Amino acid sequence: MFALVANQKVVIDWPCFWVVLGGSFLPRGVYTVLLFKMQFMLLFSRQGKLRLQKWYVPLSDKEKKKITRELVQTVLARKPKMCSFLEWRDLKIVYKRYASLYFCCAIEDQDNELITLEIIHRYVELLDKYFGSVCELDIIFNFEKAYFILDEFLLGGEAQETSKKNVLKAIEQADLLQEDAKEAETPRSVLEEIGLT
Amino acid sequence: MSPSVPLQEMIRAIRSARTQCEERGVIQRECAAIRAQFRQADNGGRSHNLAKLLYVHMLGYPAHFGQMECVRMIASPRYSEKRVGYLGAMMLLDEKQDASLLITNSIKNDLSNSNQYIQSLALCTLACMGSAEMCRDLAPEIDRLLRASNSYIKKKAALCAVHIVRKVHDLGELFTKAARSLLTEKNHGVVHGAVVLITELCERNSETLERFRKTVPDLVQIMKGLVISGYSPDHDVAGISDPFLQVRILRLLRILGRNNEAASDAMNDLLAQVATNTDSTKTVGNAVLYETVLTVLDIKSESGLRVLAVNILGRFLLNNDRNIRYIAMTSLQKIVGTDHNAVQRHRGTIVDCLKDQDASVKRRALELSLALVSASNIRSMMKELLSFLSSCPPELRSQTASGIFNAAERYAPSQRWHIDTILHVLTTAGGDVRDETVPNLIQLITNTSELHCYTVHKLYRALLSDISQQPLVQVACWCIGEYGDLLLTGECQETEPVQVTEDYVLDVLETVLQSHMSSPSTRGFALTATMKLSTRITENVDRIRSIVSIYGSCIDVELQQRAVEYNALFKKYDHMRAAVLERMPVIEKNSQGHTNGETIKESQTVKVKPGEPQQPANQVQANAAFYTVFSIVATVTVYEKDGVTVTLSCEKQSDSGLTVTLTASNSTESDIRGFTLQAAVPKSVQLHMKAPSGDSLPARGTAKVTQMVLVFTFADMSEVYETKVSPVTS
Repeated sequence: MFALVANQKVVIDWPCFWVVLGGSFLPRGVYTVLLFKMQFMLLFSRQGKLRLQKWYVPLSDKEKKKITRELVQTVLARKPKMCSFLEWRDLKIVYKRYASLYFCCAIEDQDNELITLEIIHRYVELLDKYFGSVCELDIIFNFEKAYFILDEFLLGGEAQETSKKNVLKAIEQADLLQEDAKEAETPRSVLEEIGLT
Repeated sequence: MSPSVPLQEMIRAIRSARTQCEERGVIQRECAAIRAQFRQADNGGRSHNLAKLLYVHMLGYPAHFGQMECVRMIASPRYSEKRVGYLGAMMLLDEKQDASLLITNSIKNDLSNSNQYIQSLALCTLACMGSAEMCRDLAPEIDRLLRASNSYIKKKAALCAVHIVRKVHDLGELFTKAARSLLTEKNHGVVHGAVVLITELCERNSETLERFRKTVPDLVQIMKGLVISGYSPDHDVAGISDPFLQVRILRLLRILGRNNEAASDAMNDLLAQVATNTDSTKTVGNAVLYETVLTVLDIKSESGLRVLAVNILGRFLLNNDRNIRYIAMTSLQKIVGTDHNAVQRHRGTIVDCLKDQDASVKRRALELSLALVSASNIRSMMKELLSFLSSCPPELRSQTASGIFNAAERYAPSQRWHIDTILHVLTTAGGDVRDETVPNLIQLITNTSELHCYTVHKLYRALLSDISQQPLVQVACWCIGEYGDLLLTGECQETEPVQVTEDYVLDVLETVLQSHMSSPSTRGFALTATMKLSTRITENVDRIRSIVSIYGSCIDVELQQRAVEYNALFKKYDHMRAAVLERMPVIEKNSQGHTNGETIKESQTVKVKPGEPQQPANQVQANAAFYTVFSIVATVTVYEKDGVTVTLSCEKQSDSGLTVTLTASNSTESDIRGFTLQAAVPKSVQLHMKAPSGDSLPARGTAKVTQMVLVFTFADMSEVYETKVSPVTS
């Protein structure tokens, strides 16, 4: 009733505590749960056009659009020499610009920002090796390939293969499989079969 | 790499559209064609169509009609269709859509497919968008794959299991054994997946955590192998062997070593080795060092190792790369409470970072600087913080201002320094300070009686130069009202005295009253100050009288009310004026009482309004911010009419309570029966009225009726109440 002055500090702090945790609150001892998870990755151009979006959390289309719009605006407003990390809502955003594309990852509170930069860099290297000196147009016209490469490198938001060579090998094999499958399906005339046309 | 021609043609067509309208037209045509194709039987071009739809979806156009097509394509036997189908599922379906359940069966079948690339598609999709039901259905399958398959599948199954555990915590039990055995594999991908899985299991369940503590030696061994081993071309990144795996292992060690001496001991040597041997010239090395530092600081490490970790952070602070500086400050922030002295050593560098160009770095530096303020460095730190305040970005100003106030309150080396600091903040960032600043400052000034002259001089000068910063103007008005006589003496020990006449002082107050920049509460302050000066000056009392009467018809209701009351004080109650407007006594220091947004009221007001209708309590609510300050008098006659006299005397009972005694007497010829007293108080005050000694006033003052009232408040200052007297004469 008297709302003793001493208690008020607790009242003010309590909401902040929940915001920091963000994700699920688990019954623990005195220390906080460590949350490591990549929530999503976005690739967009300097004009703000989305080139790739990979979401590892369930959100409605409307929410995804809203987040994308806000985040793209925030990142594009940053000046060139600024820090690659920024705090946005209750997430940490790690972004880096490669030529005309911004690569942007959202990670949770306790994650290591520097290793996320390395993950982004690794993905760019994979794209580069695959497309041979990759540029934005490659990613526009072959967006499904960009997704396939990402899915061979990250699974559920975590790195699945730490060797560049192995990732590229797997993609190659999958592509071959796709080719073989396509070849097998195309109906060939009898003449083609015996090689006369 | 064969291009999907129809897809690329469509992309070209969309990109060549010159306006938004044209683009929409192209897309509508394409979507119509795609929809038609979907309805047709299998024609070999299905994967192209779906790919086109996915592109359109990425541009932001609706594509929900493709959901069923995804489901169909996933069930197709052709790999190319499956591949695009699963991609579509990950983009168009999520666990909130009903259609996602339909693919559960397909995924289940594909998980047992003989071709590992098809298995991989299923695993990837499940890990990306698997709902809780799907996870429950398919968990046994994943467990099977964890045990018996090749390493390509095992590593994916491990991460799939991670997703399942995140969605359905109880299923963690299922994977514990398999996870343990995966640690012994050679393949880096599998070990990485295993480490991630174990981390997740340990975080969710403390029993599992206990069980996995036994793996610490194995983890240390694996880590040593990575750190010491020679160059391994497959996993090398700038001289570091598999940094991703190293970081993951360090993270798991952190979780296993927390709050456990034995585990922390076992990893001590390894951490020291990694901390010293890792090359820190490139980002990747710094990433591993950063994770090491985080681990060392979180477990029960020995002091030498802790010092090493803090020194690494110190080195990071000097790094050219802004990113490294930023994360160094983030980490230092976490340990500034526990390892305060270690962090103090780097105070200079941190304070330099206040001048960095980047707003994120500035924010970090500010938080850390505020945490590092102590009694020994208060003067130099405050200099830096004040110069930061004048140039900092607007979003940081209120945080800086309140940080400065807190620091000043805790460590002020002298009263004068404290007042100077607060005044400096009010002049630079007056608009960004919190509401409590004004009453706090007033309290501080009142209590520093030896500096009254100095303070009023400083504030007067500040007011002459600028009347736009409202908190400053409010405090200045209050001060001039209270201590205006000290301005007029023309003497001051601490600072250069001003040579002013009463007219000048009243001019300043009138300027504030009339300025369009002054907020209503500021004008209230100015009016009250003007009124108070009526007892402190000698010549221009008439001028004050005229100001007060002009405002009696002011359009602002609060101002008008005040003016009317002061008018009454001049006319009917002139004999009380001097007593009422006496100087404030020392206000007792109350604790940090910020009652959830309410401002502290420092007023002791005895409202004298007999005969007027009872005013609603909330008219004098805290928000009005009218700090009408009068002094407490021991006994005051509050009502004297028709022979009935009511007096009021106050006595401080405790820190938050006050006892008020109301005494009524009757000097008429007849008895008064049914005499009652009523009182109303604002919401921040609680009232306890004890029983009166009687309800009849005998004639000719032979006996008195007394009634005790206990008043309780949150802050020990506010006491605004009204009394209503309702006698019923016989």
